[in-house]
Amino acid sequence: MDLLEYQGKQLFARHGIPVPTGRPATTVDDAVAAANAIGYPCVVKAQVQIGGRGKLGGIKVAQNEGEAREYASAILGMDIRGLTVHELWIEEASQIESEFYASIVFDRGAKAPLIMFSTRGGMDIEAVAEEDPAALATLHVDPLLGFQDFHGRRLAFEGGVDADLVRPVGAFLAKLYAVFVAEEAMLTEVNPLIVTPERDVRALDAKVTLDDNALFRHPENAELRDLSKEDPQERMAKERGLTYVKLDGDIGILGNGAGLVMSTLDVVAQHGGAPANFLDAGGGSKAEAITQAVEVILSNPKVKAVLFNIFGGITRCDEVAMGLIEAFNQIKPTVPFVVRLDGTNDVEGRRLLTEANLPGVHPASTMNEAAAMVVELAATGAPA
Amino acid sequence: MSVVVGNDTRLCVSGITGREGTFHSLNNRRYGTQVVAGVTPGKGGQDVEGIPVFDTFHAAVEKAGANTAMVFVPPRFAADSILEAEDAGIGTIIAITEGIPAHDELRVFTHLQRNPNVRLIGPNCPGVLSPGKANVGIIPASFFREGNVGVVSRSGTLTYQIGNELAQRGFGNSSIVGIGGDPVPGSSFIDIIALFQDDPETELIVMSGEIGGDAEERAADFIADTVTKPVVAYIAGFTAPPGKTMGHAGAIVSGSKGTAAAKAEALEARGVRVGRTPTEVAEIAVEILGGA
Repeated sequence: MDLLEYQGKQLFARHGIPVPTGRPATTVDDAVAAANAIGYPCVVKAQVQIGGRGKLGGIKVAQNEGEAREYASAILGMDIRGLTVHELWIEEASQIESEFYASIVFDRGAKAPLIMFSTRGGMDIEAVAEEDPAALATLHVDPLLGFQDFHGRRLAFEGGVDADLVRPVGAFLAKLYAVFVAEEAMLTEVNPLIVTPERDVRALDAKVTLDDNALFRHPENAELRDLSKEDPQERMAKERGLTYVKLDGDIGILGNGAGLVMSTLDVVAQHGGAPANFLDAGGGSKAEAITQAVEVILSNPKVKAVLFNIFGGITRCDEVAMGLIEAFNQIKPTVPFVVRLDGTNDVEGRRLLTEANLPGVHPASTMNEAAAMVVELAATGAPA
Repeated sequence: MSVVVGNDTRLCVSGITGREGTFHSLNNRRYGTQVVAGVTPGKGGQDVEGIPVFDTFHAAVEKAGANTAMVFVPPRFAADSILEAEDAGIGTIIAITEGIPAHDELRVFTHLQRNPNVRLIGPNCPGVLSPGKANVGIIPASFFREGNVGVVSRSGTLTYQIGNELAQRGFGNSSIVGIGGDPVPGSSFIDIIALFQDDPETELIVMSGEIGGDAEERAADFIADTVTKPVVAYIAGFTAPPGKTMGHAGAIVSGSKGTAAAKAEALEARGVRVGRTPTEVAEIAVEILGGA
């Protein structure tokens, strides 16, 4: 789960990482009240997860109440690269002497947290890494040992900070690591990490990705929402415990197991079709889950045909068939379905479907045949 | 021969008294696997259809001679169960549990790495099947028979799909190893491919990867440097959009690294043939081994 900037900053603040004072707002009046409370100048920042918000007009400095109102009205509801701004973060304006970069990444390749630090902050860190790799100091931390003071010193010295900043930068990195571990993050990134004229360091931005699998231990994080990113179909699927990702095409896909579903998307694309979604009904899906999955797939109006690709292991094909039959009773789909059932109880599943004789449901015996059929059905718009 | 599990596997199941744990333990026993024990804290002394249940892994090792563990407990208890099995001296730990927190996996992996006598398969995997010998996990064994193709895969159902395509062309399997789709798998492609390379029964290795991470790229280098047996690969996720998690916690594409195209390219550049569909993987196998 990706947090918005202000959610990340509030998380940072709870762990003692210095951040500028700020308040979130969802209406213009709230934004103006927040600006008045914080004082001027203050910064009005769009809360969307898109890099380069500032260049696209999503960040403005207000010198007075009139400007705060003007900018808040302009930014709320603004479309930034396809995301609508639903929330603002009003923050005190910071005095900036230098801009650094700091991040901790869950490095799957090395199987250890990777800490990165650079004095060249405020810009695209991938570009820095490319142009001037020496400007990016990095090290891995043994997860069983945790962050040590020498890690901080090494990164600060190798990053080339002024002598008086070695200690504050090291302390900042230690706290960033503490957040990473305590909140079970996959990423904590600060860009820029600023140095003020008083020689204090603070996080001027916050990018945090949390591990969804660990949210049960962090109920307060599980409550966090990003309104700009929520897709109605994805929300519906989530409420039903299904793994659904919306795509741009017109062929609805349902399968069991993430790998098989990914493979199904690929095979449909190879046959010239465009998948409308990824939907993993999961292992051991019962009929009810299948019925709900059909509902989610068909709630996307672009879907012209649906492909079921099931290879039953712990999933039983007869349960899948019963779920589809129930979906036809409840939802009465008007688009054609292609159904491929193999694996546990496949004979029984196919028999149930044959007996039910559902309108527009076409059996297929292999994954390739199923993909070819569904692409044809989606293109012609009618059962073949 | 086979890898990871075989005739000398003596299995202890953590979570054997749960609904799924009982079902799959009995299923594994029916296949011929020696299921010698179960562990459920507080239920020591009971039995599941004749399989003795112990309170601790230590008791299961001492009293029932368990040498392999299958972990079936819910995500919040799984890391603890894996660590307990290792502490009890179990040599092979197969973790089926899906949804274990990534930081738990990291701690477990780092600790286990320091013990050269332990191998973890998974978590979030379908287990390991050595046809005709032992089945530990949830792989539907009836689709597979003994043979000379070793399969290693990040995905469960995709393994069945590929295995079935191979079976339809007459091939059997030495072992089928699901390493799981999580960010920190206990065993990597490299670990399992190395076992197949040393397994006299295995003549062809099939690896099934997917988007995310760089395990396939690392495997490509390893194969080029040390593997003499033919390897055929499959990669799922060519149509996956960047930045989206596709079901498996590990299956997320960030930037250009980790894409299916980059993985296929890395493998092909090192002489590994990559099938574009599961069917094509089986066709390449026929080309290499001849019709079985």
